[in-house]
Amino acid sequence: MTRRRVVVTGLGATTPLGGDVTSTWAGLLAGTSGVRSLTEDWAQTIPVTFAARVAVEPSEQMERVELRRLDRSEQFGLIASREAWKDAGSPEVDKERLGVVVASGIGGVTTLLEQYDILNSKGSRLVSPHTVPMLMPNGPAANIGLELQAQAGVHTPVSACASGAEAIGYAFDMIRNNRADIVVSGGVEAACHALPMAAFAAMKALSTRNDEPARASRPYDLNRDGFVLGEGGGILVLEEYEHAKARGAKIYCEIAGQGLSSDGYHIAAPDPSGAGVQRAVKFALRDAELTTADIVHLNAHATSTPAGDVAEANALRAALGKDADHVAVSATKSMTGHLLGGAGAIESVFIVKTLQDRMAPPTINIENLDPAVTVDVVRDKPRALPAGDIAALNDSFGFGGHNVVLVFKSI
Amino acid sequence: MALAQADVLAGLKEIVEEVAGIPAATVEMDKNFTDDLDVDSLSMVEVVVAAEERFGVKIPDDSVTDLVTVGDAVNFIVNASK
Repeated sequence: MTRRRVVVTGLGATTPLGGDVTSTWAGLLAGTSGVRSLTEDWAQTIPVTFAARVAVEPSEQMERVELRRLDRSEQFGLIASREAWKDAGSPEVDKERLGVVVASGIGGVTTLLEQYDILNSKGSRLVSPHTVPMLMPNGPAANIGLELQAQAGVHTPVSACASGAEAIGYAFDMIRNNRADIVVSGGVEAACHALPMAAFAAMKALSTRNDEPARASRPYDLNRDGFVLGEGGGILVLEEYEHAKARGAKIYCEIAGQGLSSDGYHIAAPDPSGAGVQRAVKFALRDAELTTADIVHLNAHATSTPAGDVAEANALRAALGKDADHVAVSATKSMTGHLLGGAGAIESVFIVKTLQDRMAPPTINIENLDPAVTVDVVRDKPRALPAGDIAALNDSFGFGGHNVVLVFKSI
Repeated sequence: MALAQADVLAGLKEIVEEVAGIPAATVEMDKNFTDDLDVDSLSMVEVVVAAEERFGVKIPDDSVTDLVTVGDAVNFIVNASK
């Protein structure tokens, strides 16, 4: 039996670089930083005073009544899914064959904290009746599913910073396994709030380069000192190949495979041996029926933490071997910050655009490349990719030891 | 002192518009919250809490189910203010 093939037919995003895919992609190729000092008073009460907020506030993209019933993460999800659905041509599809898989690492954390403040200051009577639908991590997926009336299944895998990539992989499987013909997939995050930031800072995970926010996210730089929290979301419309062809859809590229593994090593630290990452790459290539020779680009997880970037680079070098020499590695978190559960999703959007334009985005802020980094990093300027059939990888890792690798190929 | 019916209706129009996005002009005495105005159960809770704050009355939970139309709510609030 021939396997059902899965292609990408729509893209949507709202990120620190722009309120849609076009503006985000232009900012990315131009090497723009989306990181800025926070203007909120609470920012002065925590060790880190900057983050990568979305470039366009949801209030400019949604009606007021809708805004007040949705957590910020849900707002990002709907904004990106509306763009993606429209980009896909608003397809006519049997609703029983339409699914949604959209992840978030933390869910409606700002709603939870704001309502807790109301409970303490005004009493339980004034806690919003919308609190639970706003704070549940499946809220973004559920709201998108409701809007599109998806009936094949609405799901939310949660694996910290691997969540967005895992959601796309889950969607890929739904189509491959004949549960659906179209699945709206991706990830969102909205956690720029004093508590999550204080908590990440307490782990020493965040950069504290408060005097130079735009230079703070610097994957692979010798003086990197942690990640920069970002917010936003990315959505991909995945569709069964024949279904897309039959309706004359614009087809960006194919998702050819995925590889999943877990470290079994530590709750937060990366396994320095990189064995889990290597396994995920191996499984992904085998699933895609490709070899390391086919890969020309990789959008790295590379969050700008001292331990993580080198562990990942070493694992990639080990997994790709000599073929790593022709893999152009981009660390786009240098510009977007780290969107946690949204990261794997926006980075998948970037890979689709990279394959479309044959142009790998740059990694900014590398003043001195860490000599321990043994992969070929695209620095400062975008790099053209070869013509012909090409494939690219997106790797994402999450606290808990989750590893996800997705394989995209030109079509 | 009892509130005037017209004042309560005017206030309720503003609350429903704020909470549910229903244009104030369509919020009339004979309109059914659920069937005519599409105010769902969660939004109804918000309307009730906002009305209590605004008019200084208590609307017990077991009375909320009796507030089917805008007129029911207006009359309840007027009576409760006496």
